[in-house]
Amino acid sequence: MDLLTAVFVAPFLDMAGSPVFLAEVVIVGVLTGVMYSLVALGFVLIFKASGVFNFAQGVMVLFAALTLVGLMERGVPVWLAILMTILVMIGLAFAIERFMLRHLVNQEPIILFMATIGLAFVLEGVGETLWGSNVKALDVGIPNASFEVGGILLNEFDLFAAASCAVLVAVLAVFFHYTTIGRALRAVADDHQAALSVGIPLKTIWVIVWSVAGFVGLVAGIMWGARSGVQFSLSLIALKALPVLILGGFTSVPGAIVGGLIIGVGEKIAEIYWGPLLGGAIENWFAYMLALVFLVFRPQGLFGERIIERV
Amino acid sequence: MIYREAGQFKTTYTADQAVFPIVQDRWFIAAVAFLALGVPFVANEYWLQVVLIPFLLFSLAAIGLNLLTGYTGQLSLGTGGFMAVGGYMTYKITTAFPDLNILVVFAAAGLISAGAGLVFGLPSLRIKGFYLAVATLASQFFLGWLFNRVGWFYNYSSSGTITAPPREILGIMVTGPEATAEVRYYVALAIVTVMAVAAKNLVRGRIGRSWMAIRDMDVAAEIIGIRPFRTKLLAFSISSFYCGVAGAMLVFLWLGSAETEAFDIVVSFDVLFMIIIGGLGSILGSFLGAAFIVLVPVLLTNAPQLFGLTMAIDLQKHIEVVLFGSLIIFFLIVEPNGLARLWQITKEKLRLWPFPY
Amino acid sequence: MISNKHIGEVLLKLEDISLSFGGVQALSNVSFEVREHEILGIIGPNGAGKSSMLNVINGFYHPDEGRITYKGTTRKDMRPHEAARQGIARTFQNIALFKGMTTLDNIMTGRNTKMRRNFLWQALYLGPARKEEMEHREAAERIIDFLEIEAIRKTPVGRLPYGLQKRVELGRALTAEPDLLLLDEPMAGMNLEEKEDMCRFILDVNDEFGTTIALIEHDMGVVMDISDRVVVLDYGRKIADGSPDEVRTNQDVIDAYLGVPHDIPPDTPPDDTPHANPQP
Repeated sequence: MDLLTAVFVAPFLDMAGSPVFLAEVVIVGVLTGVMYSLVALGFVLIFKASGVFNFAQGVMVLFAALTLVGLMERGVPVWLAILMTILVMIGLAFAIERFMLRHLVNQEPIILFMATIGLAFVLEGVGETLWGSNVKALDVGIPNASFEVGGILLNEFDLFAAASCAVLVAVLAVFFHYTTIGRALRAVADDHQAALSVGIPLKTIWVIVWSVAGFVGLVAGIMWGARSGVQFSLSLIALKALPVLILGGFTSVPGAIVGGLIIGVGEKIAEIYWGPLLGGAIENWFAYMLALVFLVFRPQGLFGERIIERV
Repeated sequence: MIYREAGQFKTTYTADQAVFPIVQDRWFIAAVAFLALGVPFVANEYWLQVVLIPFLLFSLAAIGLNLLTGYTGQLSLGTGGFMAVGGYMTYKITTAFPDLNILVVFAAAGLISAGAGLVFGLPSLRIKGFYLAVATLASQFFLGWLFNRVGWFYNYSSSGTITAPPREILGIMVTGPEATAEVRYYVALAIVTVMAVAAKNLVRGRIGRSWMAIRDMDVAAEIIGIRPFRTKLLAFSISSFYCGVAGAMLVFLWLGSAETEAFDIVVSFDVLFMIIIGGLGSILGSFLGAAFIVLVPVLLTNAPQLFGLTMAIDLQKHIEVVLFGSLIIFFLIVEPNGLARLWQITKEKLRLWPFPY
Repeated sequence: MISNKHIGEVLLKLEDISLSFGGVQALSNVSFEVREHEILGIIGPNGAGKSSMLNVINGFYHPDEGRITYKGTTRKDMRPHEAARQGIARTFQNIALFKGMTTLDNIMTGRNTKMRRNFLWQALYLGPARKEEMEHREAAERIIDFLEIEAIRKTPVGRLPYGLQKRVELGRALTAEPDLLLLDEPMAGMNLEEKEDMCRFILDVNDEFGTTIALIEHDMGVVMDISDRVVVLDYGRKIADGSPDEVRTNQDVIDAYLGVPHDIPPDTPPDDTPHANPQP
């Protein structure tokens, strides 16, 4: 009985007892969620446009952030460093296409997936060899003052992050739906060979989409890095984008956003209100378990396309 | 020229379905067995501890994952989690029942691990491919957390570490600080040999065919009467049983003590790499892949010293990571069937040598 | 074809089967019977619902309405693996073999439902498990002999040419010793010689093993030659059912194939290209 109370009643009483605190928890969750969404967005882009489930997206975030910090540490001004990092990410997209994707055309998705796990290792190793593996602070001059609205503490930085995420999503949505390249991307995702046969340059498309994903990775890297420092754990945090994808559906940009928010808020609330019951740190697995439960009931995600099987 | 099968005729189906139908192969396997048994007489403690024992236990884990991923086609990133179940459960059982034979305890822990595999395999009813891979991450993180946070599993020890208590079989110390590397090696060898043979038998019979049918085309498999859900769950449980025993060996026959970090996600990836490099859907490949992944770090540690160079540990780690990553990509592009396939090709060439065909 | 074999009782009876996907009506009120030991041809233009019909029979699709009586019992919705266990085997329009496995292993999977030893015995591979494996290997070898594919026994099927793959697929269905064999376009994409071979195998199966066969085929000549009875579907409805000769002269069938403007649905353009000549 006590247990039931502790699980089903007490947390809600706590929430009702201190709505301001709850609001703050939710806001922290939303902002973490935005970060997850940013990483998930990179996954969705590549999946939508090439059918590749890019496990390395998380490491791409780390790699971009590492490059940026590395350049800045060597005295390159911020704007130039960002520009150079974008170029590096484009170069990376070329390299990935040249050395990996080109040789794996029409392979089974699962093979491509495993190849991206390999890619994740390569990027991580190269990034840390070049720039070192110690924790680095990243300061690109995003304002970071706190202010209060209705008794709730807010932070300029977090608002900035949310805003840039929104802009990014809007731009990508336009890109996918209203440009020729966007249409070509979707054709490639459907069927590599069919796309080739109607004259879509597969290689170019891949380079473009991986570059865009690299750019999204850089944005995510800047946000994460400025918030909690650039370090290896960044790529692990990015693994959290995977359950986000399950929730949102692999092919849906809005899904990535909504899924990110649900996971962000959900895990914060679970941690604060139910965590102590279980000994804490349930943030580590809450997202995955949520995704697992979700998978059993709605495998295609919130916004994903329904998978129909044929014989 | 020597490797020929001319003149060897098979007159029964039993002979045709033997694991090593060719006489030369049987000689080869006898030689391997002889080497495996004799190696402790020549190898020093370092080689046993750093190379051979981890090679054996990771081979077992790789076989486990290969049954699930290579044979049944269900990609799992949760190997570390299931190994943790084996390790921690062995600890719990053997501390609760100190008189129980440690091998029985290993098996019991393996069964519990199989149960965990069964539970985390349930989503495979609805989902496949990388959806499932993500789902298996849940087992990795949840189980890791469980053994880290819930004191009952490590008997509330203040350090949160589990330590292998001294246990003996037939009066010989096999675990704990007093067990010699040689003994631990032989115990590991025995376990791995028995379980590898069992795995080979499974995959060449009805169950193996059901697994591969599910892997190659699940819809068609169902239409010829294979129950997909049951078959997948069986793969999950047996795979987890193997991983669980490997995890028990990791703590009790190799490290002697461990925390949850010993089973973190890096381990899951390492084992996955073993089967990709060694060969998906090959028992032999599991051994080759494990040997590869275990040996590379050892070589990277020792090779620079041979040339009188020193390499920073950091750099060494990075090189290792890059090397593994590139090899994964390389193998997936060039030879998705891994080292085992290369071995098979070599044998086919050898059969005809010195003629081209 | 003159057949002196004995056509027996009704094995499978379909009554008023209807099936729709979303808004598309794939089958509407289709009824027919399959009798023991006969070869039943199911024909019709593309999109007539032939494959859907087979999918209903072996449990892959569940009909919205109607009744299926198999071996005298009216069955509820069932999964395909249950149908397999009750003796219904099939092949597919697009080959559905297990590409990573050898011919022998593919054919052996057909025996799976008949093997009993549990995984502990299998892991030992001794005594009963080995004996069982060998018995079934013999059964598989009989089929391999029958289909004349001894030489490719140990070849992974992914490497085989199309015609042989079709044959292996037939072999896999046959090793299950089915009571009812469903063949979905067994001769699609074959040349004349391969077609003749396949026809011979189908007739031999029917003759030697007494297997009841329901087959879909586009090659009208083949269907009319080997079938005892033909069912014609068009737009999800049955428009004819009878001996090949009756069907050949049926006005509805000729219309369906030559494309007389349809009453249902009225807006369909009359240029439905016929893909086979009704007069062989």
